Amino acid sequence: MTHSAAASRRKMSRLEKRNTLIAYSFLAPNFIGFVVFTLVPVIFSIALAFMNWSGGSKITFAGLDNFRYIFKDFSFTKSNLGIALKNTVFYTVATVPLTLVCALGLALVLNRGVKGAKVFRAVFFFPYVASLVAICVCWNFLLMKNGPVNQILRAMGLNMTKSWTSSRDLAIWAIIIVSVWRNAGYYMVMYLAGLQGVPAELYEAATMDGANGVQKFTKVTLPMLTPTTFFCSIMMVISCFKIYDVVAIMTQGGPGRSTKMLVTYIFELSFGGEGIATSAQYGVASAVSMVLLAIVLLVTFVQFRGEKKWVNYM
Amino acid sequence: MTAVSRPKDKHRHMTAGEVVLTILKYAVLLALTVVALVPFVWMISSSLKTSIDVFSIPMKWIPTELHWENYSLIWQRVPLAAYFKNTAILAVIVTFMQILTSSFAAYAFAKMQFKGRDVLFMCYIGTIAVPWQVYMVPQFIMMRSIGLYDTIWALVALQSFSAFGVFLMRQFYLGIPNDLSEAARIDGLSEYGIWARIILPLAKPAIATLCIFTFVNTWNDYMGPMIYLTTDIKKTIQVGLRRFIQAYSADYNLIMAASLCSLLPVTIVFLFLQRYFIEGIATTGMKG
Repeated sequence: MTHSAAASRRKMSRLEKRNTLIAYSFLAPNFIGFVVFTLVPVIFSIALAFMNWSGGSKITFAGLDNFRYIFKDFSFTKSNLGIALKNTVFYTVATVPLTLVCALGLALVLNRGVKGAKVFRAVFFFPYVASLVAICVCWNFLLMKNGPVNQILRAMGLNMTKSWTSSRDLAIWAIIIVSVWRNAGYYMVMYLAGLQGVPAELYEAATMDGANGVQKFTKVTLPMLTPTTFFCSIMMVISCFKIYDVVAIMTQGGPGRSTKMLVTYIFELSFGGEGIATSAQYGVASAVSMVLLAIVLLVTFVQFRGEKKWVNYM
Repeated sequence: MTAVSRPKDKHRHMTAGEVVLTILKYAVLLALTVVALVPFVWMISSSLKTSIDVFSIPMKWIPTELHWENYSLIWQRVPLAAYFKNTAILAVIVTFMQILTSSFAAYAFAKMQFKGRDVLFMCYIGTIAVPWQVYMVPQFIMMRSIGLYDTIWALVALQSFSAFGVFLMRQFYLGIPNDLSEAARIDGLSEYGIWARIILPLAKPAIATLCIFTFVNTWNDYMGPMIYLTTDIKKTIQVGLRRFIQAYSADYNLIMAASLCSLLPVTIVFLFLQRYFIEGIATTGMKG
């Protein structure tokens, strides 16, 4: 009896082992690629932040030197890191609420039983799919000195004398406009999904209590959408901190350093750029990457902590 | 109760207020459509003008003369056809690889029991949160040292093994009843057989979603090709277009014509698969 039980247990474990092997064989193609091309570079990047390396054979331990270097004479108006941080935060703080408001507006309009809602949905979503370089260069032209946008603003009596992307004050707004225009449709889809989850009984109850349209919106719709808003804002804050391509195509971080972002700075340190040493400073670049990583993790953490305070789950 | 709820009769006449509201609603929709599409319309209009007329004051939406030759000129200025070909090859390989490896790996995560499954899955999800920009430099150094610099294989390696794809497929597989795979197991089908004959055919919507996501992302990717590809003839359409813009910065009409051409493939894919794309975002996005 005990003998056969042990045998069956041994058989079980052999079966388990076989099962595990099969499972690993399913994982292997993706997992190996993932480890080699993602996990190893992530670890490498952390290590590199504490090294001195400009791409040659000489690589030395630097301790905290790279961090000391980027934080040296730290100021939001003078040092590279400070300016990059300030611009990135400004961009994020402007883009996230603007996109959320536009996305919610689009979703609310589409959710009211309009004819051809699916066509409109696709139309609003389309800018998100359209090739980045094409839309960036198009917006660059639209925002030129004598471009359509300035022509309209002039007709309204504003004194627009410069291309947006060559003005120190407006360049960052050009990037914000393109980002909002491009992403609103994406987050609209999220809000549409969120709106479908609001039970109709809540609106009926509100109607019975004599609530008007505005009250229904502020007391039912908005609170019920907080999980969507929460999720979208996390996603968007993280993606805003990663901003690079729109900047690279539209302004290259300029004029001056007025649209230099964190990733622009990382990029310049690694692959060269204006006003940066010609030889690659991989260690310093990785140190800036760690700052970016720390911010992204911190933002996610803070938002998850804050979640309990203002998110209503059903 | 019943007295309070208003009867919903579609054929009853609307009150004046409701008519105004409906008109207002469509007016807002129309205005928003204009905002969403006006850059594209401007692109089309400019691509058919002469370079000088693009910024004429006052602006003309319909060019007086249609310069269709702009569309043939662009192919002679830069190797645009090569850019298209490179991007198409890259996008197809990456999309195929992603669907293959993701749907395969997701099967283990969703339908099999093995040691360390949940820990491993958390590792996968964790790396989605790490921005690519954080490790792009070491990744670049690595790729260069194994000789993939300036080849599309660097980009294939970069984009073929996404944790996101595994996550998306797993979420979908979880919705497929386990009874199906259990029954097949009893019938003696191997795990590979279950994956190929039962799970994959049922996962078509998820595959379509991943397909369009990957294709569009690869087609539109700017930063990856910019870092990795230096030889002109090997470039993808996004970096190629950027080069075109820098080389012919005053030929606004040609730039717009080339830009429009670069939009065409994703537009076509989007039009055919947009339902999957939009629904995919709504479901995977919210479950994350």
